[in-house]
Amino acid sequence: MDLRQTKIPLFFLFPTILLLTLFVVFPVVNTVYISFLGEDDEFVGLQNYEEVFGQRNFWNPQNLLEGKTPPYGALIHNGIWIVLHLPLSLFFGLVLAILLRDIKGGAIIKSVVFLGMVIPMIVGGILLRFVYDNRAGILNEFLRIVGLGGLTRTWTAYPQTILLALILGTVWIWTGFSMIVYSAGLEGIPKELFEAAKIDGASRWRRFWRITVPMLRPATIIVITMTLLWELKIFDIVWVIQQGGPGGASMVMALMMFREAFLSRNFGTASAIATMLTILTFGFAAYMVYRMVKK
Amino acid sequence: MKLQDTVSNVAARLRKTSKTTILMHILAWGVSLIWLLPFLGVFMASIRPLSEILDGWWNFDVFNPTLRGYVGAWNHPTAPLNRALLNSLIVTIPSTFIPIFVAALGAYAFARFKFPTRDMLFFVLVLLQTIPQQMVIIPIFNTMISLGLWNNYIGLILVHTAFALPWQIFFLRNFFSALPVEIEEAARIDGASYFKIFYKIVLPLTLPALASLTALQFVWVWNDFFFAIVLISSPGMRLSTQAVAAMPGRLAIDWTVVSAASIMVMIVPIIVYVVLQRYYVRGLVAGAVKG
Repeated sequence: MDLRQTKIPLFFLFPTILLLTLFVVFPVVNTVYISFLGEDDEFVGLQNYEEVFGQRNFWNPQNLLEGKTPPYGALIHNGIWIVLHLPLSLFFGLVLAILLRDIKGGAIIKSVVFLGMVIPMIVGGILLRFVYDNRAGILNEFLRIVGLGGLTRTWTAYPQTILLALILGTVWIWTGFSMIVYSAGLEGIPKELFEAAKIDGASRWRRFWRITVPMLRPATIIVITMTLLWELKIFDIVWVIQQGGPGGASMVMALMMFREAFLSRNFGTASAIATMLTILTFGFAAYMVYRMVKK
Repeated sequence: MKLQDTVSNVAARLRKTSKTTILMHILAWGVSLIWLLPFLGVFMASIRPLSEILDGWWNFDVFNPTLRGYVGAWNHPTAPLNRALLNSLIVTIPSTFIPIFVAALGAYAFARFKFPTRDMLFFVLVLLQTIPQQMVIIPIFNTMISLGLWNNYIGLILVHTAFALPWQIFFLRNFFSALPVEIEEAARIDGASYFKIFYKIVLPLTLPALASLTALQFVWVWNDFFFAIVLISSPGMRLSTQAVAAMPGRLAIDWTVVSAASIMVMIVPIIVYVVLQRYYVRGLVAGAVKG
């Protein structure tokens, strides 16, 4: 087959190039451009970025530094999300993948845990809101049973608790992802490795650290990258629970961008937030993309 | 004495193993129960009157199952699901199959032909997989208004199509590259055109990959909220995720109706997942990064 040509592949690629240029490439460039424009489309340099950082909804480290409860601002909230959610969902995913590998009915349990990844995030948010509800929520019933009845409340209604409640709730939603990727990774490890190590007298613990963990490195890189991107872009769940409130205590970058753009009609600052969000995303994704292209 | 030692040793080990195994089973089923509880709760809430839910859906002292929630969500005064579910289908079906076809064409070009700028184009494509929706939405919003496609399903379908292409092409290129090229060469010698080879020979061989893309893309589009909320605004045109999001009030929630609505909206992607589970998971694990 004569594969060195330009006309045929161009014909195959034409719809792709057209659609991507119109609805992805041009918009990305345009958003960066808008982020430098003022209200009358005049060039204002970095003014929009300064304005975003001046907003307490975006950047409010004072409360954090003084040890007070949120709001800390969207940027810090996304950061906290990463610090708490990433290790927890990684850990639970790995533990479940290992635990469920050799268990009767493990496949069914995996499907159940994975459901959080299949349902709309909007519905996921409603499920969380229900779990955390003061009267109807099962979490508070559990607290009453173990004798912590004094703590019961609607956990998503207060600035002191909403951020933590949401972050832990998204661990419930996202663990299915890391579990599935780790399960696939585990299947890729040759059984002979474990058997050889067993014959050599390596303990269960040692086999885990010396074989399982290193062999799961590629899976871990995928999970970490995807989880980071997801944490940065989190939107639906926050929207459906309190739309960033109360008092901005659950505000995140993607949601703030939406509010600036489509509620305040301030495209300049909204584009500035979107650009910063994308730069962060790119930073985390660059390593993964590099690996994918190399492969 | 020695034999007895060995026997008791083996017995002890057996006891220990079965103890660990039992413990692992209890732990595993406990975990699955925790994961299932929110679903179970919302299901129970969807078939019980509000007063019973407020006393706890796990409480069965009084139990009067009702379909009021489903009827209420189906005919909701401001966000009727009978309309919204249909709207979601109208958007999701073309948004699933159009990009797969376009991506298959593009991926075939990347996998089988050598042309100038190919590697650079492919690199850009992989990078585009990570663009957040927020980064494109303002210009898309402006474009759709000037094209008259804002608040119009065609606009939304176009955006979903474009956004799906980078990861689908990446996924399919890897799949095409693994197919043996000899069959296509033979067809070429027999005088078949490139396009005919593509849809008569290559596409049928690609069915498992296409099943993965169908499952993932269908669920992704059905579940999308961000593009929908920006690009669709008429109440009658709202998609099902928008409808569910509009149901709970800020303070008071009719949990019966909201739960029934949640069940009806999430059952669709769950069915797709259950039917195409193998392909769904395989596609996801293949490492598709998605905006």
